Amino acid sequence: MNELLQQLINGLALGSILALIALGYTMVYGILRFINFAHGDIFMLGAFAGFYLAPRIATVLPLPSVAGALAVLVISMAVCATLGVLIERLAYRPLRKRPKLTVLITAIGVSLFLEYTGQFVFGAAPKKFPEILPGFAVMHLGHLSFNSNQIVVISVTLLLLLALRFIVLKTRIGMAMRAVSFNPEAAALMGVNPDVIISFTFALGSALAAAAGILWAINYPSIDPLMGILPGLKAFVAAVLGGIGNLPGAALGGIIIGVTETLVSGYLSSTYRDAIAFAILILILLVKPSGLLGKKEVEKV
Amino acid sequence: MNFRYAKTVLLGTIALGFLASLFASRINPYWLFIFYDIGISIVMAVSLNLINGYTGQFSLGHAGFMAVGAYTSAVITNQFGELNVFAANAIFAVALLAGGLAAALAGLLVGIPTLRLRGDYLAIVTLGFGEIIRVILQNLDRVGAARGLSVVHGWTNLFWTFGLGAVTVYVVASLVNSTYGRGFIAVHDDEVAAGAMGINPTKYKVTAFVVGAFFAGIAGGLYAHAKQFLTPGGFGFMQSITFVVMVILGGMGNTVGVILAAILLTLLPEGLRMLAGIDHLPGLAAERPLGWIGDTRMIIYSLLLIGLMLTRPQGLFAFRQQRK
Amino acid sequence: MNMLRPPLIFAASLAAAVIFAGCNRPASAPGAGGDAIKIGEFASLTGSEATFGQSSHKGTQLAIDELNARGGLLGKKIQLLTEDNQSQAGQSATVVRKLISSDGVVAILGEVASSRSLEAAPICQENKIPMISPSSTNPKVTATGDYIFRVCFIDPFQGTVMANFARQTLKLQNIAVLTDVKSDYSLGLAKFFKAGFVAGGGRLAVEQNYSGGDKDFNAQLTSIKAANPDGIFVPGYYTEVGLIVLQAKQLGLNVPIFGGDGWESSSLVPIGGAALEGDYFSTHFSPEDASPAVQNFVRQYRQKFNEAPDAMAALGYDSAMMLADAINKTGSTDAAKVRAALAAEKGFPGVTGNITMDADRNASKPAVILTITNGAFKYVETVSP
Repeated sequence: MNELLQQLINGLALGSILALIALGYTMVYGILRFINFAHGDIFMLGAFAGFYLAPRIATVLPLPSVAGALAVLVISMAVCATLGVLIERLAYRPLRKRPKLTVLITAIGVSLFLEYTGQFVFGAAPKKFPEILPGFAVMHLGHLSFNSNQIVVISVTLLLLLALRFIVLKTRIGMAMRAVSFNPEAAALMGVNPDVIISFTFALGSALAAAAGILWAINYPSIDPLMGILPGLKAFVAAVLGGIGNLPGAALGGIIIGVTETLVSGYLSSTYRDAIAFAILILILLVKPSGLLGKKEVEKV
Repeated sequence: MNFRYAKTVLLGTIALGFLASLFASRINPYWLFIFYDIGISIVMAVSLNLINGYTGQFSLGHAGFMAVGAYTSAVITNQFGELNVFAANAIFAVALLAGGLAAALAGLLVGIPTLRLRGDYLAIVTLGFGEIIRVILQNLDRVGAARGLSVVHGWTNLFWTFGLGAVTVYVVASLVNSTYGRGFIAVHDDEVAAGAMGINPTKYKVTAFVVGAFFAGIAGGLYAHAKQFLTPGGFGFMQSITFVVMVILGGMGNTVGVILAAILLTLLPEGLRMLAGIDHLPGLAAERPLGWIGDTRMIIYSLLLIGLMLTRPQGLFAFRQQRK
Repeated sequence: MNMLRPPLIFAASLAAAVIFAGCNRPASAPGAGGDAIKIGEFASLTGSEATFGQSSHKGTQLAIDELNARGGLLGKKIQLLTEDNQSQAGQSATVVRKLISSDGVVAILGEVASSRSLEAAPICQENKIPMISPSSTNPKVTATGDYIFRVCFIDPFQGTVMANFARQTLKLQNIAVLTDVKSDYSLGLAKFFKAGFVAGGGRLAVEQNYSGGDKDFNAQLTSIKAANPDGIFVPGYYTEVGLIVLQAKQLGLNVPIFGGDGWESSSLVPIGGAALEGDYFSTHFSPEDASPAVQNFVRQYRQKFNEAPDAMAALGYDSAMMLADAINKTGSTDAAKVRAALAAEKGFPGVTGNITMDADRNASKPAVILTITNGAFKYVETVSP
């Protein structure tokens, strides 16, 4: 029983990071209907931004400290938001009127570009992510051990999810986002500038990916230029599982993938982990073809 | 592809491949094996084009089918020792066919979920199947698991690669250009309307997966007997992506374009390698003036990919109106 | 039909260009012609295993630079031609054919991963070009043929060394094994370790697996903790080991963790930190070794690359140095003679120990066991074969 609870905590921590990445996939999909393959690499750049920023921030704010960690988090999010907007401008916007698969290829190109450039500039060897949060503590509760990082990861994810929910549901720009997602032409007629909204969506999604990158690096302090591939793929799966285009669905999908993977490696077989995770996904999709929370799209004849 | 000449082109290519294979010993082995790579890429890309391009289903697991064919054929030919030319080619043909059939069976398995799924959901399921195949191979001790499987015979030659390349193109082209095959395009254009016209979309989708997987399995067999070493990691998700890129860059549903894209994308990294290896350039004193390309080869490759797509979004070699 | 013309013309000219380029075989005798001796190297310089390939390549490059600074070989400069296989299956075969057929190299150095060495070995054997793998430990690599050598020890030896060490020195009874199922190296080492440990009277508490590239090992470690072992064997690479050890300590698994030469890297300690204290691994050399060969190598490497060399760099260095030694002894670059000289190497003073080629062309040399104390690798003992 204790072991099971421990595994659930492990899975929740892993799943909440995947959820943050999955939100970026799903937001872009909701508005542009295409899979941003480079999203996992933005996550990697978020971690590297933190890696290079930390020593500079340490000259102003004490590190490790909560204030310092927040500064690293926020500035990395800003850096990646800018990058996300830039990538959309240069590589995706010129193809907006083209079939979505065309954009997919430039997205793959951007992804390869970020990975190979990362290996060239940062080096391929894994780097130690600096300690930006104070005093790593392991708390014991009976036989369970929580580490403070897991708690930080879960609570920061929760906060970011609430903030996102507020932005999308309660602000004017959030309303515009929903309008563009629902019907871009009609939204444009109502005076919404789709370009601004799309840029904002990319900024938001990339900022969340950067936050996930920092949280990941706090929890698993070994970062390398290819670190985004696997979490990116799993978050993509999570987004589809939850119903792509659906924000709560992406968060739910992330948690499900994280917990499933942990339980499968803990109890069934870590050798077949990826296969079993995908098999479960396929089964769920066979029962619910548009994901757990996705709406069935109306066929237009 | 103008269909009237298809048979001539098919027979011509097979004959040329046969003639060329007689002179293979005079070709630099490096280039000879790149020709094999090109032939294999053509089979993969053209067969994927049937699924992704013509039928409009988005498959991300083509390398998985290739793996099934590669391992099946390798396990068969590994049972045999040294053989004379005729026996070797006969057994190779049987092994390739078996690899193709095994992959077709896998294709049938993947095709069935298409009854209910579409678009990105289908993409994820095919990706999942590809990964499941890879994980299973990685755990099968009989085929070496992660240690890999040595393939005893290097039986792939120009005749087999280009002959089978021509057969793939011919089969896909005649399938799509037949009265029956118009159904693939109908399903691609509008599934609901196609259904209303009495076309059974499910049947077409499953057929596309089975035929596409069959040829991917054959390509796998050719790959196995060219490289003579197989590892599960060689058939991952990124490998599938490579073939998707060929299909989209060539212009979906444009067979000639897809063939040219397969050739171009196979040659591009090697071309960059050649540039990096040039010892001297006229007018420059430095030794290996383009050596920096060696370090940044894959960065240049990715930039070229983005650039090509931005400048020719309709497909690199689309010289006619795309079917819409 | 008109519409087809441009692509067809394009294709035809492309094919013509390629065939023209293809027929351009090297005219001179392989490697010996011209003013330099060409040595080929294939390595994973980019892609998922770039960190290993880059280390190995740096070691090799250092050896070649050193040899050239001493005046080269047989009075000629050495030219090292390095090709990248992007860590991808299928690429090694291509680049090794290029190095042999287009560049005409006299010998091939590479790879770290056994799966990629096994792709290249049959090609080198067929062309009768000597190949030395710096760090592929799968026994099958050199079994390909009599032109294939290696300067590292093989899985059965290292697995047994660590099994005996765990059983006899650490007095462990009941251990867990955590294997990387994506890596042939990890699988091979785990296999021979388990056999040796059980034969020595030990028991396997639990076996768990991960896939190279994973970062979260909490699930596996939680299961291992539940089995209550008195030690954990992790035959993986440093890219994952640092995090494994860190997460084990966080879960309260306070038992010794130990592994093989895949642990050795300057990036292990920064990531694992204090959690690594008191853990062990077997490897090829100790940086503390006072021998001039080791000290010179460590100093030169630091000077050139501004970091401490790891096992793969040392093995890359030795592979190039041993090849140079064989060419020097032969007095020519004739492949058959170089092969014979390599097979006859006895007690070659490498950085990674005195290397003697056994009948199967595997390096027979002692293993060193190191421990981590105060964030530094400390020598424990030497185990001879």
